[in-house]
Amino acid sequence: MTAAKTIDPKRIDRVLARHPQGKPTALVNLLHDLQAEFRYLPELAMEKAASYLNVPNGQLFRVATFYESFHLKPRGKHIATVCTGTACHVRGAPKLTDHISREFEIPVGGTTKNMELTLETVNCVGACALGPLLILDGEYHGNMSPAKLDRTLKTIKRG
Amino acid sequence: MPIRFKINDVAVEAKPGEGLLDVARRNGFSIPSLCHLESVPAIGACRICLVEVRRGRRSKLTTSCNYEVLDGIEVSTDSPEIRRHRAMNLELLLARAPSSEAIRKLAAQYGVSQPRFGPIKYNPLPNCILCELCVRACTELGHHALTTVGRGDRKRIGLPFNKPADTCVGCGACASVCPTHCIPMTDTLTKRAIWGQKHDFVRCSECGAPVITKKHRDHAIATKGLPEDYYDVCQSCKQIATSQRFAAIVW
Amino acid sequence: MTSPFKNAAELEKHQKQLQGQKQLPSTIAVCTSGCVAYGANRLVDAFTKAVKSRKIGDQVRIIATGCQGFCERGPLVVVHPQEWFYEKVDGKDINDILDSALKGKVLKRLLHKDAKGKTYQKESEVPFYRNQKRLLLAQNSRIDPCSIDDYLRAGGYAALAKALTKMAPEEVIEQITASGLRGRGGGGFPAGVKWKSCRAAASKNGVRYIICNADEGDPGAFMDRALIEGNPHSVIEGMIIGAWAVGHPGKPQGFVYIRNEYPLAVERLGIALEQARAAGLLGKNILGSGLNFDIQVNRGGGAFVCGESTALMASIEGDVGRPRAKHIHTVEVGLNGKPSNLNNVETWANVPLIIDHGVKWFTKIGTGDVSDNPWGGSKGTKIFALVGKVKNTGLVEVPMGATLREIIYDIGGGIRDGKKFKAVQTGGPSGGCLPESKLDVPVDFDTLVQEGSMMGSGGMIVMDEDTCMVDVAKYFVGFLKFESCGNCTSCRDGLIRLHELLEDITTGRGSEATIQLIEDLAETVRASSLCALGTSAVNPLQSTLRYFRDEYLAHVQDQRCPAKVCKELITFTIDAKKCNGCTLCAKRCPQDTIEGKKKKPYTIIQDNCIKCGICMDVCQQDAVIVQ
Repeated sequence: MTAAKTIDPKRIDRVLARHPQGKPTALVNLLHDLQAEFRYLPELAMEKAASYLNVPNGQLFRVATFYESFHLKPRGKHIATVCTGTACHVRGAPKLTDHISREFEIPVGGTTKNMELTLETVNCVGACALGPLLILDGEYHGNMSPAKLDRTLKTIKRG
Repeated sequence: MPIRFKINDVAVEAKPGEGLLDVARRNGFSIPSLCHLESVPAIGACRICLVEVRRGRRSKLTTSCNYEVLDGIEVSTDSPEIRRHRAMNLELLLARAPSSEAIRKLAAQYGVSQPRFGPIKYNPLPNCILCELCVRACTELGHHALTTVGRGDRKRIGLPFNKPADTCVGCGACASVCPTHCIPMTDTLTKRAIWGQKHDFVRCSECGAPVITKKHRDHAIATKGLPEDYYDVCQSCKQIATSQRFAAIVW
Repeated sequence: MTSPFKNAAELEKHQKQLQGQKQLPSTIAVCTSGCVAYGANRLVDAFTKAVKSRKIGDQVRIIATGCQGFCERGPLVVVHPQEWFYEKVDGKDINDILDSALKGKVLKRLLHKDAKGKTYQKESEVPFYRNQKRLLLAQNSRIDPCSIDDYLRAGGYAALAKALTKMAPEEVIEQITASGLRGRGGGGFPAGVKWKSCRAAASKNGVRYIICNADEGDPGAFMDRALIEGNPHSVIEGMIIGAWAVGHPGKPQGFVYIRNEYPLAVERLGIALEQARAAGLLGKNILGSGLNFDIQVNRGGGAFVCGESTALMASIEGDVGRPRAKHIHTVEVGLNGKPSNLNNVETWANVPLIIDHGVKWFTKIGTGDVSDNPWGGSKGTKIFALVGKVKNTGLVEVPMGATLREIIYDIGGGIRDGKKFKAVQTGGPSGGCLPESKLDVPVDFDTLVQEGSMMGSGGMIVMDEDTCMVDVAKYFVGFLKFESCGNCTSCRDGLIRLHELLEDITTGRGSEATIQLIEDLAETVRASSLCALGTSAVNPLQSTLRYFRDEYLAHVQDQRCPAKVCKELITFTIDAKKCNGCTLCAKRCPQDTIEGKKKKPYTIIQDNCIKCGICMDVCQQDAVIVQ
């Protein structure tokens, strides 16, 4: 990916400026905001964040890789998130992840080569009544089944 | 006011804030452990230094390294239950680090020779038991060149942003504290290779032996206020020089 | 909103004013919590547009509320003041609802019907609600969570005014202790006892942290989300009262650690905090009492372990959520090394109720006797997320001591699709699975622990005959091996190995020796891990071994999965008698392994079958059988 080269440092600085300098307590909030800006955490953004908050690079990297919310690689144009909460699990969520994995040839957490789709899971979004649940680009699709998935994902290009 | 308590029915004393494992060892009690050094903060990672602590009517198993001693506690360092859990934890660690001599030996003492578990699936640094002594030593020395990465079954030891750190001085503390010797470090007369970097050695002006990496010397002189020529001569040549001076005076 | 309240009298005056104001004839409350998954946001927009275009803004108010509870029947709409309860509301119902509201005539076709065909007009009459005791959730279908005036009108912040002007901090602590309020996050530690120790702990500069744990990480639980999305001010009010009790006259500082996967909750909490600041309820000299207190929001990073108090504090400090040994309690040495009082969202939301209505009122609800021992019972209500294979999925609030049967059958309506009940899982990944024989157990802190489960934060997942209990144990162990911080050998490697062993069983490679090794290893994980994630991680596993051992044995002795879930142990076949040869399954099979001739029965070639179940999904003749 060439995405890293096209990151504008000014965009990073604008996000940093919204947080108190030198305060490690802002770290997780700041990483969320950086990710909201870039859809993932570019290395340059993480390095700048570390020096802005005055935490060692090691600590920042440890935090960025520990928390499930953060993505260190660019993600696809579309994000399919399968809820894997217990309610969704007993109603068949594993069938959904299996199906998307197989159809798009990506593991959970992976992105298709054409950067069209990233497959992710989430522990629970509190819409258990509608399980199993797929969230496609923020839109909830309830009572999913592998057969219904094909319809929901049909506009996404394979490859 | 010293803290007074008992280990295996023997009365002992300690300073407030001391760790139970350190106090026990000082008093001659042997408790096995793989992840503890007095000079770095205790984290209770390996779970081998388990002991039983009774406090009033309540009794529980706890690791001794990260247990701050309290007045009046009664500690047992051995029991069938303790041995059973130490053995299981050692079996888990042996499966993770099958070629570590230290772990094989300790496991054998607990009757474990062949783990019932297969090779660990995610294991980017073979034989690493994730005790974090390397990370803690590096952090304690102020270098912050190593860190843990990820969590749970994907946790590993690694470099910040997966690339050699500018702040690594090649001191080798990480490799020397590692209980399983799993951190690759190769020294030649002139260079040390570690964590994807090659560091030049300062060579002893007397015998030519490697003394310290140049980067480590510069860091030590800058941070500890040592004289510029402090590392020009190696320790053994310094000792020889001292004894020669001493001999000259005596004779 | 007017200018900040300088004292309690100003607050009370404003409240009286609001209560005296004439309300619009009709308020239409649309649930926008879980119901957004049904498209509730579009519904709100459409309502708002319709009101505008029909120029009836002076007669009808549209509000987007938090979770109203009966998720199964969403999107939900309640029309006030009549309290008409409409379910499964669609965009095309909007004008009918508006017409009926204007005319004051109920719209019958959207009312709830029970199995016998009886309809119910009011929310509180619907059996799902009738059998609950909604105190914390009482306002959820009434108020706009983004309006502090709605909260004030309903009597909000009166408890704060009372505490700050009429009660000394110690007195507040006494009341909370006497109420028997115990931590709703799962631990069940008496809140008053915690507050007292935190107040008593030494702090050099007087800083004490008041923390709200809103990192609801249990998969299958959304109680805290519902409270924050539906009534954020109740949580904030509880925290301010806590700051007064625990931290005044020192320097109390507040934090809410909230799960970032709940964007709406984060947003509504932020709005509510701004409103509270503008009203002078946060900031300097609150209501003239001398209390200085504000609350900062920290978003979580998606780590279940951060629900553990020391891990949560490490996370606020800007590091990984690694728990530390708790030989020294966080009430003494917590966040930044200072005394810290952490309670969960639901615990905080209970505080204003107790201060408002008094100890007597609160202790009448629940079990046991807490008059001289705060551990002596479980008082008040508890909110549960009732989910899984139950008919009426939703958010329910019941008095402590209600039985599992009452919750699952009277409120939940029993098992869906005519299936048989198998187990109920409470307490999330740290809890356990209870069988049918335990359905009459009263749900309180202590009884559930005795039975091998726990209250937890309130997830209640119902399982039926189609749920494989070995698979459930594997699911939770798999969840936790990923969520473990990775510090302790026993938790990290123990869970990795337990998962492998369970995998062996579910794929038919296990033996009775596998079960024995699982039991031994589980004991070590429990006995030698540092934090509660590790020590309770084996609860789902051990409880299923205790109550559903026969299912484990079926897997290892007969290589059979009784619930027909474990892929390696099942086969899909087509019943030639039912198959009409429609070709649908053959077309959809991702492996192209279904063969046959049009209009003749098809067959599945087993060698290539990956047991994805799509054929079963698409078959309209129910001809695909799983064995």
